[in-house]
Amino acid sequence: MAAVAPVPSGRLLACDGNEAAALAVALARVDMVAVYPITPQSSLVEYLAKFIADGRLQAELVDAEGEHSVLSVLQGAALAGARTFTATSGPGLAFMFEPYLRTPGLRLPIVMSIVTRDTLTPQCVWGGHQDAMSVREAGWVQMYCETVQEVLDTTIIAYRVAEQRDVMLPVNVCHDGNYLSYGTARIELPEQDAVDRFLGAPDVNWHAALDPDRPMAVDPLTGGPGGAGPATFVRYRRGQCAGMHRALDAIRDAHREWGRLTGRNHAPLIECYRMEDADFAIVTLGSMTGAAKDAVDEARAAHRRVGLVKVKTFRPFPATDVADALRKLRAFGVVDRSVDFAWNCGPLYREVVTALQGGTRSPTSRSFIGGLAGADLTVEHFQDVIETVGQMRDVAGPRDTVWLDAQE
Amino acid sequence: MYEIRFHGRGGQGTVLAATILAAAIIDEGKFSIAIPSFGFERRGAPVAAYLRMDTREIRRMTNIYHPDCVICIDPAVSRTVDIFGGLSPSATLVQTTDKPLGALDLPAAVTTVGLCDAVAIALKIFGRAITNTIMLGAFARTTGQVSLAALERALLGSEFRDAGLEQNMRALRCGYDQTAVHHVQREAAA
Repeated sequence: MAAVAPVPSGRLLACDGNEAAALAVALARVDMVAVYPITPQSSLVEYLAKFIADGRLQAELVDAEGEHSVLSVLQGAALAGARTFTATSGPGLAFMFEPYLRTPGLRLPIVMSIVTRDTLTPQCVWGGHQDAMSVREAGWVQMYCETVQEVLDTTIIAYRVAEQRDVMLPVNVCHDGNYLSYGTARIELPEQDAVDRFLGAPDVNWHAALDPDRPMAVDPLTGGPGGAGPATFVRYRRGQCAGMHRALDAIRDAHREWGRLTGRNHAPLIECYRMEDADFAIVTLGSMTGAAKDAVDEARAAHRRVGLVKVKTFRPFPATDVADALRKLRAFGVVDRSVDFAWNCGPLYREVVTALQGGTRSPTSRSFIGGLAGADLTVEHFQDVIETVGQMRDVAGPRDTVWLDAQE
Repeated sequence: MYEIRFHGRGGQGTVLAATILAAAIIDEGKFSIAIPSFGFERRGAPVAAYLRMDTREIRRMTNIYHPDCVICIDPAVSRTVDIFGGLSPSATLVQTTDKPLGALDLPAAVTTVGLCDAVAIALKIFGRAITNTIMLGAFARTTGQVSLAALERALLGSEFRDAGLEQNMRALRCGYDQTAVHHVQREAAA
């Protein structure tokens, strides 16, 4: 396990993203953790096991026989009123898929880290967003982190969003395998009483419960073509979609309150960086953003009018914010760390283009794909992206997807 | 910003060394990030780790391609890995070796060299060639980029799989005390 050096002030630490997530879970006073280890998530659940063994976290830990059981265990725990956590990656997420689909329908506010990993096959154990992107239509809230600090803060914020009564949905906090999971950085640890005030007591099963004092049928057969079936099913689905939509405000409010308590103001939905007078931009997701901001600063120093939009909340998709940020530009490029097989582009690119539909005009745009399977996305990559997008403002030409690491 | 690349072999604690150094730098009030290279780690296989330090927040979470300093904690890994790849001009090498400076084949970019026979020290202290904390001492002595005191405090907060804290404290100080620092004049070089 990595070193943790308490600094004299006591609140500054050196830790990696997996430990930061585990520290957040301890601060959130989670009641139950179920785990199955998988690369690059393993050290996260090892930290949790250690925190529980050391008495730092008073929680039940279930070391289940697989991820399907992990999430099923947490569903039972949540229905009994527990605040719950798990984390997974790639193949583990795939093995979890059946209960994964059931969780948002049950409106259970489970928080799960996806320590992102590219998906099989070819065989690969390294980072990439393909696993999280593969479940993007399942009904979970998804937030992507840029820094180790943001991993810690967002994991705490996730509980406030998930347990908000007009949301009641599970949340994935996504942090990049390798670069954030094992990347060590300086973080500030929040005070326990600030987290206690921020989250309050768990508020998990007021609507659906396994509770002898409140007997109810949980998830009975619903739907079918006749009688009340269609309307009942629609009522559930429509409510789920409405809860998802309300999560946009909940995420915004929770980030604002967290900023007030800690002084750390992370952009809740999207972050606009040097966009004030930009006439073209790059759009990013996750830990690639730091290198992209450095490249934007260099280009600005060379008098290029380029800005950056980072998407943090991917589900629900902040379509209005994204469209407002990009509509007036002449060109933008979206850099994805995963692919959209249907449209031969990146999934974030597809979302962003969709968000711009219906406006009076759309800037010219292009999809860039890089950083797959642990590949580095460097400042030089973003210099190339900025150069390419800058030229797109003026030159008509093909807008095929650019594969940043291809050797033609 | 100062950039360091560590080279070693699986089992020597290369990645942990980078993490401890990051903790020490952060302890001194600066910013640091450390990222390991990713592979199927196993004992004996070449391993690399990357570390940046700065007085300002560091945003790029990327590997390092043009290091200001290379810390090589294995005496022979340079035979299989190009440890000097992409070196910045006027770079520093901190190397474990039992050879004198003249016996090393160094590229022109290297202008400061810290040599420490960390394997011999490790065999005395640990009975095994675990050289990571020794070479952190050698780095502090060679560059002055971090203090020995901060490294000692970082060790207090670390967990060691293969040895105790007291042994590692001794190793760190031996590395610091038993490192020869050379400044290489390149003008005369062919």
